[in-house]
Amino acid sequence: MSEQDQHSQQNENREATKTKESQRMSRRKFLTRSCYAVGGVVLGGLLGYLIPKERAKPATPPAPQKQEANYNEALMFFTQEQYAITQAAVERIFPADDNGPGAKDLGVAFFIDHQLAGDWGFNARDYMQPPFYVGEKTQGYQGRINRREIFYIGLRELQNYSQKKYKKDFPALSPEEQDAVLTAFQNDEVNVTTISASGFFNLLRSSTLEGVYSDPLYGGNKNMQGWAMRDYPGNQMTYTNIIEKDFTVVPPQSLRDHL
Amino acid sequence: MAKKLPKTDVVIIGVGWAGGIIASELTKQGLSVVGLERGKERVTEDYYMAHDELRYALRYDLMQDLSKETITFRGNEKIRALPMRQYGSFLLGEGVGGAGVHWNGQTYRFLPYDFEIRSMTEERYGKDKIPPGMMIQDWGITYDKLEPYFDKFEKMAGISGEVNPLAGKRSNDYPTPPMLHTPSMKMFVEAAKKLNLHPYTVPSANLSESYTNPDGISRAACQYCGYCERFGCEYGAKADPVVTVIPVAKKTGKFEIRTHSYVRRILHSGGKATGVMYTDMTTGEDIEQPADIVVSTGYVFNNTRLMLLSKIGKPYDPATGKGVIGKNYAYQVIKGNAVGFFDDQKFNLFAGAGSLGVCVDDYNGDNFDHSDLKFIHGGNIAHTFTGQRPIQNNPVPEDSPRWGKEFKANSLKYANSVLTIGSQGSSMPFRHHYLDLDPTYKDAFGDPLIRITFDFEEQDRELARYLSDRCGDIMKEMGTDRILKMKELGPYEITTYQSTHNTGGVIMGASPDTSAVNNYMQMWDMENLFVIGASAFPHNSGYNPTGTVGALAYRAAEGIVQYSKKGGLLV
Repeated sequence: MSEQDQHSQQNENREATKTKESQRMSRRKFLTRSCYAVGGVVLGGLLGYLIPKERAKPATPPAPQKQEANYNEALMFFTQEQYAITQAAVERIFPADDNGPGAKDLGVAFFIDHQLAGDWGFNARDYMQPPFYVGEKTQGYQGRINRREIFYIGLRELQNYSQKKYKKDFPALSPEEQDAVLTAFQNDEVNVTTISASGFFNLLRSSTLEGVYSDPLYGGNKNMQGWAMRDYPGNQMTYTNIIEKDFTVVPPQSLRDHL
Repeated sequence: MAKKLPKTDVVIIGVGWAGGIIASELTKQGLSVVGLERGKERVTEDYYMAHDELRYALRYDLMQDLSKETITFRGNEKIRALPMRQYGSFLLGEGVGGAGVHWNGQTYRFLPYDFEIRSMTEERYGKDKIPPGMMIQDWGITYDKLEPYFDKFEKMAGISGEVNPLAGKRSNDYPTPPMLHTPSMKMFVEAAKKLNLHPYTVPSANLSESYTNPDGISRAACQYCGYCERFGCEYGAKADPVVTVIPVAKKTGKFEIRTHSYVRRILHSGGKATGVMYTDMTTGEDIEQPADIVVSTGYVFNNTRLMLLSKIGKPYDPATGKGVIGKNYAYQVIKGNAVGFFDDQKFNLFAGAGSLGVCVDDYNGDNFDHSDLKFIHGGNIAHTFTGQRPIQNNPVPEDSPRWGKEFKANSLKYANSVLTIGSQGSSMPFRHHYLDLDPTYKDAFGDPLIRITFDFEEQDRELARYLSDRCGDIMKEMGTDRILKMKELGPYEITTYQSTHNTGGVIMGASPDTSAVNNYMQMWDMENLFVIGASAFPHNSGYNPTGTVGALAYRAAEGIVQYSKKGGLLV
């Protein structure tokens, strides 16, 4: 991170803290209002819980010192090589441009790694009982292998296809060449056994969007920049004040602001 | 050998909307009720971190665990049914509150036409209007007879709305005023009026203002947070059984909920139910709960499957058209829509509520002339404003790529500039659409899964195209820059989400030859067994089903109380 980047990061942090304070104030105000509205009747909802706990705070907030290391940015499932291929591929699906960062800088490859490491990677809540038959398209996924294995095979096949076609690893290809490889997978022009090339591509695409736009708690959407690009406010307690209004930009908040 | 517990007056299977309503109404009358729920306990405090699209909308946190039980599906009898291994077309609820926790809250009443659909269609258009194989039948009850029960459900849930000029007569206004209108909803209303249609605000179980219901339950107003369908409500503003009927039942001291209790059989002897057998999911123990009255209040698939597994009622046979259990499975024809891209206008699409919207019924039921049309019935057409969460909502114009630089630019450009008008097409039953037990695939206990045989028909394709065009008319009037419309409905597929409005299987009617339950949801073949839910619908209307499920549940509750005193068939 350059000095300039670090500086703007600090400013952002300071801004975020300020926003949080004002949000807390308005949340309390709103809660008071809605309590009055029911004339003292005890409500079954979460109103009591939604008032943030008072925390011991120093009189003046300390100036941010330096960017803390993000210990979440490490690998739970991927090898270094798999991580590099994933990072290169997701960046082509959602590239950096004038609007803002791409999937790489948003931490999407970490997001996918972390997701594959858990329940989702094992298809833990899917029906995975035999017998397995090839079905009609209308009947959905009928394979016997789980998402971990699909990624494992799919990433290797991306590498194989790049080597065959360009004599280079996928991450080393030019962006145009990478697009051509991904398009070949998307259109099932690649001869892959055991998994469907387009099925893998679709999984990669949907995981990329999940990583760009899920709450930052999952490792993607870094600093809520995915949301900021489309003016999505993330986790907000209420929009009653703007629901009747024309488009309004609301600074994003994540679930972390809710603890 | 199952452990046998002491007998209770009533045992209910599944504690969702139907189960909760039965529990509250019966315990108020002094009956002791045991509620068996296969999932876990749920409370509003569970939803403190509810605004999490990945967890709830993509990873289905509130839904049934498919690894233990799913359904199988095939488009017709010639092909092999295969399991729905992952979620797609519809989402099955689980836990206390059932699907009533993660619904949107759009609360309609089916039309007078729905309840007398065969008689009224034949009367207006002649017998030939109904194509061969279409199994529509009257419901054995009229709208007017059911009206007081709709009223009761709406008052309990605090439905916010305004009178629909094209629906059946109401004895009372909605208990709370309609929801607020967004600028785009105002655009829809204006456009619809210009086209001489009759727009009104979607009736909403997300409260427009704080409300205390006749049971003394108070709930706060909806905050338009944009996380409704697939999510639980952290305010209790969305009516759900956990914040409405269940506490009322609990307060009587006569309702016991047992969670993690998976009912596997209804026990019966000599033509009467004697109780149920369930498995305690925490210990694996099989337990017998004897009861005077058994009430099956599960989702469509569970109600039907439990009848088949317990060998109650005559299974439906598509070859002869005889038998009733599994008959008239229907769905919702929901793909007919129009998406408008606005190049220079932005909306607060991130905000919203599950039942925030405006709609018209000019093309629903028999509110329009079908003489020259190749279908019957129709669908509600609505512009809803439910919160466009960013993972699932990335609409781009038709000619735009689905990934890469141009996709990113377009998806960001239109993130707050796309409005949708959707239709909720009705679904007619056909002779070869039905539910039965799968011969191959089993659940975690080794019991057969339920099998769906269903596809869209010419009726559905014509209907979807027609409704899509009507959506387009309104969208055009709203002044969009370009419209993306559904062109062809295509075959029914289980992979993309359409609607959790599955119906039929244990249908109601006037005769035991053509229906499984009477208009009190009482089994013709077993007088102390009641089966409640959208499983009772002989067809599905052009609306969300929950309002009608609620009305049927209140009517059934009245019947069960009567039965507990006098016994015998109620009809």
